Amino acid sequence: MGINRRGFIKIAGLSTLAGLTGKATLGVLAEEEAQQVVQTGEMLKAKRWAMVVDLHKCQQKKGCTACIDACHSVHNVPNFDNPKDEIKWIWKQDFEGAFPSQDHEFLKADIRQSTPVVFCNHCDNPPCVRVCPTQSTWKREDGIVMMDMHRCIGCRYCVVACPYGSRSFNWRDPRPFIKEIDPDFPTRSRGVVEKCNFCADRLARGKIPACVEACEEKALIFGDLEDPESEVRELLRNNITIRRKPSLGTNPEIYYIV
Amino acid sequence: MIEKALIGGKRYWGWLAVLSVVIILGLLAYLKQFNTGLAITGLSRDVPWGFYIAQFTFLVGVAASAVMVVLPYYLHNFKDFGKMTILGEFLAISSVIMCMLFIFVDMGNPIRIVNVFLHPTPHSLMFWDSVVLMGYLLLNVVISQVTFNSERKGIAPPKWIKPVIVLSIPWAVSIHTVTAFLYSGLAARPFWLTAILAPRFLASAFAAGPAFLVILCLVMKKFANYDVGREPLKKLGVIIAYAMSINIFFVLLELFTALYSDIPEHMHHFEYLFFGLDGNDFLVPFMWTSEILAVVSLVLLLVPKLRQNSTLLGLACVTVIVSLWIDKGMGLVITGFIPSTLGQVVKYVPTLPELMITISIYAIGFLVLTVLYKVAIAVREEIGYK
Repeated sequence: MGINRRGFIKIAGLSTLAGLTGKATLGVLAEEEAQQVVQTGEMLKAKRWAMVVDLHKCQQKKGCTACIDACHSVHNVPNFDNPKDEIKWIWKQDFEGAFPSQDHEFLKADIRQSTPVVFCNHCDNPPCVRVCPTQSTWKREDGIVMMDMHRCIGCRYCVVACPYGSRSFNWRDPRPFIKEIDPDFPTRSRGVVEKCNFCADRLARGKIPACVEACEEKALIFGDLEDPESEVRELLRNNITIRRKPSLGTNPEIYYIV
Repeated sequence: MIEKALIGGKRYWGWLAVLSVVIILGLLAYLKQFNTGLAITGLSRDVPWGFYIAQFTFLVGVAASAVMVVLPYYLHNFKDFGKMTILGEFLAISSVIMCMLFIFVDMGNPIRIVNVFLHPTPHSLMFWDSVVLMGYLLLNVVISQVTFNSERKGIAPPKWIKPVIVLSIPWAVSIHTVTAFLYSGLAARPFWLTAILAPRFLASAFAAGPAFLVILCLVMKKFANYDVGREPLKKLGVIIAYAMSINIFFVLLELFTALYSDIPEHMHHFEYLFFGLDGNDFLVPFMWTSEILAVVSLVLLLVPKLRQNSTLLGLACVTVIVSLWIDKGMGLVITGFIPSTLGQVVKYVPTLPELMITISIYAIGFLVLTVLYKVAIAVREEIGYK
């Protein structure tokens, strides 16, 4: 989990460089290094991050919450008992709620009764980014939809605009509700919006997303959608996959094998 | 000029004292919200906007409606509105101030609110809404100041103010259009995803705003000995009758599309509004009240004999305001979230502190309005306005 000082300085330097020169640098770096998911030693890079969720594998173990627990603990997601204040980055949703237009009475029972894990879709055309009045949420070059919790004014327009209910708002100070604070990731203050960040923090340290790592059934597969040789592309080629509310044109980058 | 607001009778000071008490109570509630967070409201993950944003939406309409007196008076030289135009402009000013306060109290991080201007974002409608609201406030302050000052000195207003007044007319339309766009451009919320939202907003605003002005004029006649005359009120009655009819027509159009197309995600919201969903029927009695009042108001407004009776006109105006306030101030915003994007029906009822903050912002609006009206009347008494 730890990160040494040298590592930190390198990442900080790299981020600053990326921030200063923007598109150009990232473009060049991406071009040079990533035909596939490349382990650079420090940072995982891709042209377009995406995830495939294998619904069959995901449902193998009844009541499994490994991915949720892993995500919420490394990201200091508070645990409120009431649904009113609830904050969640990844959770299990009933099939009808997750895929309202795909549900019907005679659908294969195992699919209909499944509870797919859902999280931020890291849309290619994210409505949350479009509506944010302060650019506190934006899409990175590699497709990750990020949040700047230090700029967010807490207007919740992004929560209103997200068609997937992926965003949570800190209605009260979350800190007393975090079981054990992980010092590797910042806690949030009251009054800001948060959501799944595709583990951008872990990718920067060369680690795959926490949910993917935690899933023993290998139901979550993470990779570069632009790379034809990647595992996600392989799975998309060979399976029937669906996305949440595709008709809205948001282009979700989370695919579900059904 | 403002010193006129410091001289007043018992009733004036009593009214200001009552408003001040309400404001202080609201401030205490806001302190609690500021320290605890928006958790003290009834809002939740599934219903992230509620009462505050709904009041904002309603009041943008009241603010925009000043154009209904400004336009006939300045563009068509409709002299009858002479005594009333300044009242309309002052109503716009106090409404915009309330709008801004409602946005402010709705922010999770109010101290960061300047970020909207530090990082201007043209692709966000919220950015544009702040711009047009600020602009509208500025326009109304400048116009009312300049025209009123000239009136007091008994001279013609400077020529440059005319184009500014003309600009304020489309600007008024813009504030409510942009506010409608906040909602009607969201793929996630089928209830608002309708091109008629902006026209509907404007029609309801042009009914509710002038109705409010009629009541204010009747109150001023009774308590402040300031009579705008019978003619302008009659004319406002006609404007309200047209606007209310158009508004009801628009609502029916909306209902037709949702009910006849029978698309579940559109239907569910209307079902929630008028019949309740999954036993959640908080809004149902309010919505039926709103519809019944709308019909009553329409009868009172459309029959000329009834409309021309000033008591009945007052009654019609009250029904218009209550009906439209329920429709916009309660139904419109909350229903957009029920059912939620995940198909859940989550209950939302404003909490006591939330209501206290809401009422206190209205009290601030009324305080500003009272002071401005006081000045206007005092100055006009002084110069012997006929």
